[in-house]
Amino acid sequence: MMTNPVMKITQGQFSFLPELTDAEISLQIEYGLRRGYAWSVEYTDDPHPRNTYWEMFGMPMFDLRDAAGVMLELQNCRKTFPQHYIRLVAFDATRGVESIAMSFIVQRPPSEPGFGLIRQEGPGRTLRYTVHGYGTDRPEGERSGG
Amino acid sequence: MSELSTPLYSIPGSASGSAVPATPTDDSSPVGAPGAAHGAARTVSEVLAASHAGAVFDELDRDLVGLKSVKARIRDIAALLVIDKLRMNLGLQAQAPSLHMSFTGNPGTGKTTVALRMAEILFRLGYVRKGHLVAVTRDDLVGQYIGHTAPKTKEVLKRAMGGVLFIDEAYYLYRPENERDYGQEAIEILLQVMENQRDDLVVILAGYRDRMERFFRSNPGMSSRIAHHLDFPDYAPADLLRIAEKLLEGHNYQFAPEARCAFEEYLQHRVRQPHFANARSVRNALDRARLRQASRLFAERERPFTAQELTTIEAGDIRASRVFQAAAVQTEN
Repeated sequence: MMTNPVMKITQGQFSFLPELTDAEISLQIEYGLRRGYAWSVEYTDDPHPRNTYWEMFGMPMFDLRDAAGVMLELQNCRKTFPQHYIRLVAFDATRGVESIAMSFIVQRPPSEPGFGLIRQEGPGRTLRYTVHGYGTDRPEGERSGG
Repeated sequence: MSELSTPLYSIPGSASGSAVPATPTDDSSPVGAPGAAHGAARTVSEVLAASHAGAVFDELDRDLVGLKSVKARIRDIAALLVIDKLRMNLGLQAQAPSLHMSFTGNPGTGKTTVALRMAEILFRLGYVRKGHLVAVTRDDLVGQYIGHTAPKTKEVLKRAMGGVLFIDEAYYLYRPENERDYGQEAIEILLQVMENQRDDLVVILAGYRDRMERFFRSNPGMSSRIAHHLDFPDYAPADLLRIAEKLLEGHNYQFAPEARCAFEEYLQHRVRQPHFANARSVRNALDRARLRQASRLFAERERPFTAQELTTIEAGDIRASRVFQAAAVQTEN
């Protein structure tokens, strides 16, 4: 997980790039809206790679025409969860597609705890590997901020 | 670490890479919006030419019958916006003007139609980014139980962002007789967005004159945030007749000469009767006349019709209206 040079979690689009500014996020949202995607805001404090479904912040936003609506909701989410991971997800409702078309992280906690590799010795000489998020050692709601 | 986070890319359409701190520009509208086109215009005609707003004015004059005072007000507002644009280009004014409006007038005086045109004009001049109109009433904004209103109102607001939110019969939002009414909550959210996100959304409130006045009196916050009050006068009978002819033209119909006189007479009676809704009543009357014309022709099973016959509304189609009977009864009494 942490073998990338920027020392941050890389999930979804743009995650190897520097943080997007709000203007850049707006442009991405505009792009999605032009293609007819429905945006939604999701947050979590457990960004384990297998944690596919993050908590939804409000409903997915259908029938929007302008990025300002999504940005409004994003700012709300940032205010409510200042120390959580937040991502924007674009759902493509086209028949036959009906799945996530875009997804990128728009907020991270000030310091990201990251993950450790756990080795479990099994019968014989087998080794089982698993990824463990350091943040999850603490209970939910107290994890953020490293 | 720091040199690694310096971007080696540039996003197309973005004003500047994040290496350079983004400088606020006068014109922050996204690419493709007409607002971006007149960045450096110095004269009124340059702004109009770049925005193609002139075409919308001409259309307004051509398509909308009567409404002289309303058209004059719209021209005034548009002039103000164009001059503001010029001032902004010279760096004289940075704040977005308040564009929220209230349209008051009797039913059928063209409030919704003008709101649509207004959205178009604001879009052409670059004051809203998308130029769509979201028309809502109390039902779309106010919820039915505690905690239902805020998400509902916010969803509508989010849908209207970048365009115009048209609230028809806005006074229903405020129900003083029921202090637990959720309308007040919707008004508060509305006010907050109207104040804080002026460049994202323009709100137009519409309704009957007297009730709107009462609504504004009991919600001074709403009244003070609305910059333009437009009053829609009732149509004169001559205007109504022209509207009727325009409507028929649009459907490929026409009045027979006597039918035109009959319709004039019809209007004279109809105006005096209750529930007269100006252009809407005219449209309904014409729809009924078309029905009668159709059944008149339908009765003649074997005759082949000419285009002339299929498109003409005869005097009989109009004189069969209930309005004439009611008027006759009145004169008898």
